[in-house]
Amino acid sequence: MTATAIEAAGAAESAPVDREQALGRLKFGDNAFRLMTLSAASIVLLLLAGVAVALFIGSWPAFRAFGLDFFISDRWSPPKEIFGGEAAIVGTLITSVVAMVIGVPVGLGIAVFLTELCPPMLRRPIGIAIELLAGIPSIIYGIWGVYYLRPVMQAYIQPFLIDTIGAVPLIGVLFQGPPLGYGVFTAGLVLAVMILPFVTAISRDVFETVPPVLKEAAYGVGATTFEVVGNIVIPYTRVGVIGGVMLALGRALGETMAVTFVIGNASHVSASLLAQGTTISAMIANQFADADPGLFTSSLLALGFILFIITFIVLALARWMLARLEIKA
Amino acid sequence: MANLYPGRRRRNVIWTALAYVATAFGLGWLALILGALLWQGVGGLSLDVFTKMTAPPGVVGGLLNSIVGSVIVTVIGMAIGAPLGILAGTYLAEYGRYSKLAVVVRFINDILLSAPSIVVGLFIYELLVVPFGHFSALAGGVALAVIGAPIMVRTTEDMLNLVPNPLREAATALGMPRSLVIRQVSYRAVRAGLITGVLLAVARMTGETAPLIFTALGNSLFEVNPTQPMSSLPLIIYEFARSPYAEQQKLAWTGALLLTFTVLGLSIIARALSTQRAGKQT
Repeated sequence: MTATAIEAAGAAESAPVDREQALGRLKFGDNAFRLMTLSAASIVLLLLAGVAVALFIGSWPAFRAFGLDFFISDRWSPPKEIFGGEAAIVGTLITSVVAMVIGVPVGLGIAVFLTELCPPMLRRPIGIAIELLAGIPSIIYGIWGVYYLRPVMQAYIQPFLIDTIGAVPLIGVLFQGPPLGYGVFTAGLVLAVMILPFVTAISRDVFETVPPVLKEAAYGVGATTFEVVGNIVIPYTRVGVIGGVMLALGRALGETMAVTFVIGNASHVSASLLAQGTTISAMIANQFADADPGLFTSSLLALGFILFIITFIVLALARWMLARLEIKA
Repeated sequence: MANLYPGRRRRNVIWTALAYVATAFGLGWLALILGALLWQGVGGLSLDVFTKMTAPPGVVGGLLNSIVGSVIVTVIGMAIGAPLGILAGTYLAEYGRYSKLAVVVRFINDILLSAPSIVVGLFIYELLVVPFGHFSALAGGVALAVIGAPIMVRTTEDMLNLVPNPLREAATALGMPRSLVIRQVSYRAVRAGLITGVLLAVARMTGETAPLIFTALGNSLFEVNPTQPMSSLPLIIYEFARSPYAEQQKLAWTGALLLTFTVLGLSIIARALSTQRAGKQT
């Protein structure tokens, strides 16, 4: 199209008669391109709307049949056509909480290391290595988790947790039961590693927005590195860090393949983090392809719709916080 | 006053030590995962992997149909996603930079960028699998396009925003229409950046499994017809990793090795391209 336009323009020079026609063609091409970009931008909007609408329509039969019970019942029985999503919803939230509790401090620690402690020469390679963690496909985390992490969890880490924290009153109940290797805690740990690079990347970006003068002033009056980070860097970048954490949370909530491999896929709620459980995404991945049309499929779509709404809210809040700082991630 | 100092220093040492530990933790995981992939996967690499089909247990098999399927599904995804993403990014940066529509599209695109991929899979299932009555590679490709396009929207917009305005003004002053300015001047100025975005999208799409489970479904036969169910590397890893047979598990690891190094290779090339460009600018 470009070529014809230029040829036409060239032709117009030699033959003035064609000038009108050539200009018309240019104008048409110009408008067509503008409309193409406009419609592409609109399609992006339609995609999100389409996801919401398609999932809602698909899940309507389940919502109508079970009503509020869908959220508060953990009975999931395909043969009897009774479906309650509580186990999956609770599992999604708990694995994400575990992931955040482990992943956020570590991610922030790496960001502090990279911005404050790391020798400049190593800054780039280590930064890239951490970002590579985000590049590893989630199914690889899954297969690695099953073959390597699960046996280690079962043989060493879970018995240790049961013997130590499991004996503490009140919170001990979270770490009781047999060490199976599979389970909510293992899934949360894998998720923590998967969200690390997101927490690190965004915290690092916002840490770098701290005016050097502020930090220099603090060091100047004798503050230690820890005091500079705790009293200057973190307070100055609080909103951005929270935004980054929420973005990571959005990732953790929707993560599918890695969780499916290691969570054990038991559709009931347990008090212990070491017990097997499930999440919305793991449940859909496991059962959707074999689900009978009708209420079963519709219930899985309903879970998908709930996941979509939760992640939408979390991600929207994250973006809103980051937008206030004009940080792009 | 003086007795405060040892405590402050101790706290500083402890917390900075924890930052070192955190970094070691992150790097350790990367090393463990890549090490496991090499350890388990390299032994299985042979010509059979690239020349034979996936086979039932007991028969020597390879991953040929999965590799070909992965390529086809990704190509479909790019054929749809790349024009969509680049054009939408062009709108955001060139035409509607400050318009209300652009603000909304930017926000929605940022959400799509990290939306759960399994939800995208469900959406495409409702849109393209239910109406046609069967799973297809085409549906898988469209699902991947929905996942890849937002990445290209973002990189295209960011890159075009770097084009200095005097460049556009100069071209416009010569009488070039807007669309030609964009295609002949802006796109050329940021070509490496656009390719970076495309490569990042390919990397992301190649590694996705969840949206393919109920769109492309998987297929144990060699299939190149995009209207039929098709195998792909992530799908076959998902299937074989849970298989009780040692030879299938071994193939799953080999597939995982191929997949990971393809994806990481693509992202490293993308990164190298973008730093090269940044280097030229300064």
